[in-house]
Amino acid sequence: MILAAIRSQPAFLAGIIFIGLVIFIGIFGSWLAPQDPFLLHPDKVNQAGSAAHWLGTDEFGRDLLSRLLIGVQPTLMVAIGATAIAGFFGTFVGIAGAYGRPLASFLIMRGIDVMLSFPPILLALLAVGFWESGVLSLAVVIGVLYIPHFARVAHAATLQVTRMEFMEAERAMGASTWRVVFTAILPNILSPLVVQATLTVAAAILLESGLSFLGLGIVPPEPSWGQMIGTARGYLGQNPMYVIWPSLLLALTVLAINVVGDRLRDILDPRLREE
Amino acid sequence: MLEVKNLSIGFRTHAGLKSAVRNIDFTVRPGEIVGLVGESGSGKTITSLGVMGLLPPNAVVTGGEVLVDGVDILKLSAAELRKLRGRHVAMVFQDPMASLDPIFTCGDQIVEAILLHEPIGRANACKKARELLEKVRIPDPDRAMRSYPHELSGGQCQRIMIAMAVACKPRIIIADEPTTALDVTVQKQVLELLRALNKEVGAAVLLITHDLGVIYEVADRVVVMYAGNKMEEATTADLFAAPQNDYSRALIDSMPSPGKYEDRLPVIERDADGNIRSVRPEPKVKASPVPVAIKDETPILELRDLCKSYWVKPSPLSTPVEMRAVDQVSLTIAPRTTLGLVGESGCGKSTLSRVVMRLLEPSAGQILFKGKDIAKLPESQMRPFRRELAMVFQNPYGSLNPRHSVADLVEAPMAIFSDGDSASRQERVRTLIEAVGLPTTAAQKYPHEFSGGQRQRIAIARALALKPSLVICDEAVSALDVSVQAQVLNLLKDLQAEFDLTYLFISHDLSVVEHVSDTVAVMQKGKVVECGTASAIFSNPQEPYTRMLLEAVPTIGTPRCEKEGA
Repeated sequence: MILAAIRSQPAFLAGIIFIGLVIFIGIFGSWLAPQDPFLLHPDKVNQAGSAAHWLGTDEFGRDLLSRLLIGVQPTLMVAIGATAIAGFFGTFVGIAGAYGRPLASFLIMRGIDVMLSFPPILLALLAVGFWESGVLSLAVVIGVLYIPHFARVAHAATLQVTRMEFMEAERAMGASTWRVVFTAILPNILSPLVVQATLTVAAAILLESGLSFLGLGIVPPEPSWGQMIGTARGYLGQNPMYVIWPSLLLALTVLAINVVGDRLRDILDPRLREE
Repeated sequence: MLEVKNLSIGFRTHAGLKSAVRNIDFTVRPGEIVGLVGESGSGKTITSLGVMGLLPPNAVVTGGEVLVDGVDILKLSAAELRKLRGRHVAMVFQDPMASLDPIFTCGDQIVEAILLHEPIGRANACKKARELLEKVRIPDPDRAMRSYPHELSGGQCQRIMIAMAVACKPRIIIADEPTTALDVTVQKQVLELLRALNKEVGAAVLLITHDLGVIYEVADRVVVMYAGNKMEEATTADLFAAPQNDYSRALIDSMPSPGKYEDRLPVIERDADGNIRSVRPEPKVKASPVPVAIKDETPILELRDLCKSYWVKPSPLSTPVEMRAVDQVSLTIAPRTTLGLVGESGCGKSTLSRVVMRLLEPSAGQILFKGKDIAKLPESQMRPFRRELAMVFQNPYGSLNPRHSVADLVEAPMAIFSDGDSASRQERVRTLIEAVGLPTTAAQKYPHEFSGGQRQRIAIARALALKPSLVICDEAVSALDVSVQAQVLNLLKDLQAEFDLTYLFISHDLSVVEHVSDTVAVMQKGKVVECGTASAIFSNPQEPYTRMLLEAVPTIGTPRCEKEGA
């Protein structure tokens, strides 16, 4: 099924290859880096691309390409970890909010509303302030922050599904709550959740960059894309390519995830499968 | 005058042009009502859209002309066509609630329709709109002018639609299934209105429907369509008296008609040469002799004073008022029989079925299932009874989980009760799929790959998976075409003989209920007003309400006066 889709959809294939490449770099980034990403060259700061430094150097003269490559790992771990946490808990909170007992649903959904009423960056600042910064705590904090978004989407989709006749049919057959949730609700609310997940990966990378920019994310000198974009803003005049390279990679990654997520959603839906 | 000459329409697909309608010819003269009848997929709606110039983007007219007073509308530009619509050609759609804009008052919408084509000023248009509402006999036209569509009933909304359609005295009115969404009694009124208005306005009316009864009531001439071809064109009297075409005859035969009891309904079949014929299947006979029903056997289901109330607030600040959807209903169903439950929409018959299934909690009363009261049982103790009770829902498109294959769907009840191992369940799924007349290859497919009738078969297979003793069919054939409906009704009867089933058959269609039922209960406003054997109720109704329902059914063959005496 997926193989057939790859053959007929060049964009899907390109997306998968790109994501595969990014994950490969995430794992082997430190071996792939052509130069020491932490070595300072005070004489060669903010240079444009050259034979020695293909993509140029940053404000301390460190090799940009090497830093970009090893920056993939923390970026990906935060983004995917956060999305997984938000997706798993958010979906079940949302389903509980729509399908649970009235009082529990009310409390859950109002709690979600309270969480949503704070800007995520503010809550992230608060949380990161208490914990030590690092990849794991960052992933958990960003993941928790995006739970309400998933919960809202899952809640709305579940409400729609619970009004369908086949839900009544399940209950008439005497299906247990677990069965209803896993076989009737979950597969039918998957489409909006997949879209939400691709959006959350992108948003998590951006939030990570924001937090790194504020010095709360990945601790320097360890690089991450978000942190690089944040720092590079200050040197926009001297070396415009410094901000463009990580931004371009970030945009391409998010685009690839969106394309793949979109196609996956269609492939998973039997109604949209082509004969 | 509307003339359709040699009209052919095709759909653009990946595999090239797929023909949907071929060489359709007919004429509708002013003051005449022509019925266009056919099953779903026969191309009748595509034909009507072609006539309105409203074809979907992937459809192309491959030949022929549509002449409105001599002008070929297929050659007109979009702007010219727009002028023609409304003034010359008006349309009445199937779902009146959905065709009216919910955020404008009905009055505004009629005024708007008038002003679009006749710049006579808002005050005059308002006056005209009110006159129109009087003409379509809406009770209290002033209130209707001020009302939003959701504040009116379906029948009233359809009257508003008709008022809008006749607002600019169009020459041609196309009515696409105008009464399908309405109750029989309302349907009768709307059809009478359509007929009377047609006499007055003198428009040419093209009435599209799948209901032969409706055609019989109002149409002057009939065009029968099947699979994109015109099968027959005849005056209504001729068609029903002596159908010339095999398909027309088969279609007329497959309708259950009141007052004529048959064991199985004839169904439409195509033989190897592609000829269409009507076949009356032989009733399936069980191998083992059927146990004779004993008179004093305990009924399988007995309802005693069952009530279900809702508390509604008439206005936001007032105290809630009790609204009884099911009001002290007492019924009994003997084993291996069918109880038909009829009534208009909103009479509480669906609520009753859900209370019996315990999908809704009864407010009071008893539900005795095989002598044991299940009305107050908690869900955990209800479980063994869920094996015995099964339900077939109205909408075969909504009652099957679209993410599951047919095998998963049919296996679901067995999986829920962990009945047998995987292999034996698969075996049972195969047997069931065959029993409901689907090919075994169907198991791996998904519901969206089937037609409405086939989906209803899947739903029936699922209902039978645990060998239940009582099956509740809630409007199980209402969403289906007449010919498909005949097949499903035959299937239900065959399965009843084969598996010793008891049915609670809920329907608004009296002829269907008469065909399947042994006993019949008539519901009105939550109460059972009349209950008795099918033959007694249909031949000698006691209650005025039952009589009114029966009279409203559009019937083929017998003229009204004769039906009264029958």
